[in-house]
Amino acid sequence: MDDSTIISVRDVTKRFGSSVLAVNRVSLDIKRGEFFALLGPSGCGKTTLLRILAGFETPSEGQVLIDGDEMEGVEPNKRPVNMVFQSYAVFPHMTVKQNVAYGLRVTRTPKAEIEQRVQQSLARVQLEEMAERKPDQLSGGQRQRVALARALVKSPKVLLLDEPLSALDAKLREQMQIELVHLQQSVGITFVIVTHDQNEALSMADRIAVMNRGDVLQVATPTELYEYPNCRFVADFIGKMNLFDGQVVGVREKQVVVRAGAIASQIGDITIPFADQAEGEVGIAIRPEKVRLNKLEPKEETIRLQAKVKEVVYYGNESHVFLQTESGAAITADMKNSSRHAHAGIVKDDVLWVSWLAEDTLVLTS
Amino acid sequence: MDSWRKNKLAFAVLALPPTAWLVLFFTVPLLIMWLYSFAERGPQGQIYLAVNFANYVRAIEWIHLGIIWKSIWIAAITTAITFAIGFPLAMGIAFAPARWKNILLLLVILPFWTNLLIRTYAWIAVLRTRGFLNFGLEWMHEKLSAFSALIGLPDVMGEFQALELLYNQKAVVIGLVYVYLPFLVLPIYATLEKLDKSYLEASLDLGAGHWRTLFSVTIPLALPGIISGCLLAFILSMGTFLTPALLGGTDSEMIGNLIARQFSSSRDWPFGSALSFLLLYMTFIILWVRASLAGRREEPI
Ligand SMILES: Nc1ncnc2c1ncn2[C@@H]1O[C@H](COP(=O)(O)OP(=O)(O)OP(=O)(O)O)[C@@H](O)[C@H]1O
Ligand SMILES: [Mg+2]
Repeated sequence: MDDSTIISVRDVTKRFGSSVLAVNRVSLDIKRGEFFALLGPSGCGKTTLLRILAGFETPSEGQVLIDGDEMEGVEPNKRPVNMVFQSYAVFPHMTVKQNVAYGLRVTRTPKAEIEQRVQQSLARVQLEEMAERKPDQLSGGQRQRVALARALVKSPKVLLLDEPLSALDAKLREQMQIELVHLQQSVGITFVIVTHDQNEALSMADRIAVMNRGDVLQVATPTELYEYPNCRFVADFIGKMNLFDGQVVGVREKQVVVRAGAIASQIGDITIPFADQAEGEVGIAIRPEKVRLNKLEPKEETIRLQAKVKEVVYYGNESHVFLQTESGAAITADMKNSSRHAHAGIVKDDVLWVSWLAEDTLVLTS
Repeated sequence: MDSWRKNKLAFAVLALPPTAWLVLFFTVPLLIMWLYSFAERGPQGQIYLAVNFANYVRAIEWIHLGIIWKSIWIAAITTAITFAIGFPLAMGIAFAPARWKNILLLLVILPFWTNLLIRTYAWIAVLRTRGFLNFGLEWMHEKLSAFSALIGLPDVMGEFQALELLYNQKAVVIGLVYVYLPFLVLPIYATLEKLDKSYLEASLDLGAGHWRTLFSVTIPLALPGIISGCLLAFILSMGTFLTPALLGGTDSEMIGNLIARQFSSSRDWPFGSALSFLLLYMTFIILWVRASLAGRREEPI
């Protein structure tokens, strides 16, 4: 661990009782000043991992280091982290100002300093006007800002946020995503955010850890995760994916030759740029937006096959075209509606050429 | 779900029996008592209906005011002790692991399964001069004396003096605390149980210790339940009759006993009715104060 690491999670396992394995041998390092997201489906152990960092759960095995200090036996009120709860947990019997001041009052901060820091913190989330209000006179979004201000006023080394935006409606959520990122950049504190919304994670985080059933499957930047998922679960969970079962039939330098079972009759064996080791059964995948549709056979060097249009679903900015090959394999292609009549040519039961580049194809070994 | 509201007939049919029951056995007797409270007592205890306030005037004579005051005082002490025991108990149950909760709650309610009279007699067996408590104390005293003799200390303990635990106000308070503990624990437990635990976690997260969290977050948020529980314990013990009758001495007559006496040995039903209504009015005043306080808390500031 070097000095740029603020949180280091080492082989942390958490069991509830004898049957529930909520977090399974997780190791990760979170960098100072980073916006880090824990992403995964419901019940995968994200909240549990976050609560371990905050000190509300003790790991069954493994250690947590925050800024180099071992956290075993350190109570939540002694940890240099603060949390924004999913329910916000803004104290209903205190005003906004009292809520924000609470964390400073309990640690006996001088009065003048409390006053000044509370003002500053309220200003940062644009809540100065609401200072004397009670939480039940605030909207959901405002209550969330109170929770943010209350945690940030403590100047923690790390701010932990458990699904902070899930209670907000779609418009407000998008706006708050941007505000959270700006806030993080301006205060320079490390943020660790839990979310099950992949778009949220992709648009906000510097790095993302994808979890499933207690395991951390991949830790990477949004682009890496999207373009180079390391396993079928990540490929499928982040964005959408056309996925075929296949086999490795040959390995060359920085290339593999694979046969994709369901579509092999049309495309034969294909050669894909690939830097890692691969053998045996693999997943072969292509993102729907990287698939092109043509009436005539494309001339360039691409992977191509013919398929029949089963359905076209129109979303305004784009259309999703669902196709099926003669051998029964399903393929989806996303088309940008970059002009008004872009999608007009494609109708149900058309037989089209589906093509994509070998270099866009993914080989998933696990 | 709200369609039953529209079905007026079904509603009326369902509501009729309980309403009739309440009117017949609760409202009507209360009305009769109210009329009696203005009546006059005949020489043999007959009741002559009239309209005079003599019974009420008598009820606030000094001697009776003293008893009322003592009832309030005993009820207040009982409530304070019950709260001191009951609040930690309610917290313990509310924060216990889920599989323990029901068992603990059952233990709190268990005494209700036996008749109150029998349970109060059991307290007599515990508290009397030759009761279990004094036996236990005597046994400890003996062992301690034997031990101090063994290590050569002079006999400083002296003879064992049985404690006078029964037939005084202390015994009444002990008995009342025992009887009304569940009435205080259950409403407090109910609010603590409903309380979102993340409030407490947020307080800890912000750097507060456990005590600070208790006083700044848990108690304020559980206040409605605490007030309900304490009021229940207070009102019930103020009007109590059985406990002071069995465990109390000559100095521990409470308003309930005074009322009971009017309906039995004194055969003065009009005066008993007036006293009963006085107690009822006091209860109403307490509840009204509580309701208006609660109303003020709701108002935006
Ligand atoms: N206190 C607990 N006792 C027993 N099991 C628990 C406890 N807390 C969590 N679990 C279990 O651990 C697993 C992980 O739970 P966790 O709350 O971390 O999921 P999550 O990823 O946050 O899900 P969500 O997106 O639904 O919030 C789940 O199977 C859950 O049932
Ligand atoms: Mg969760």
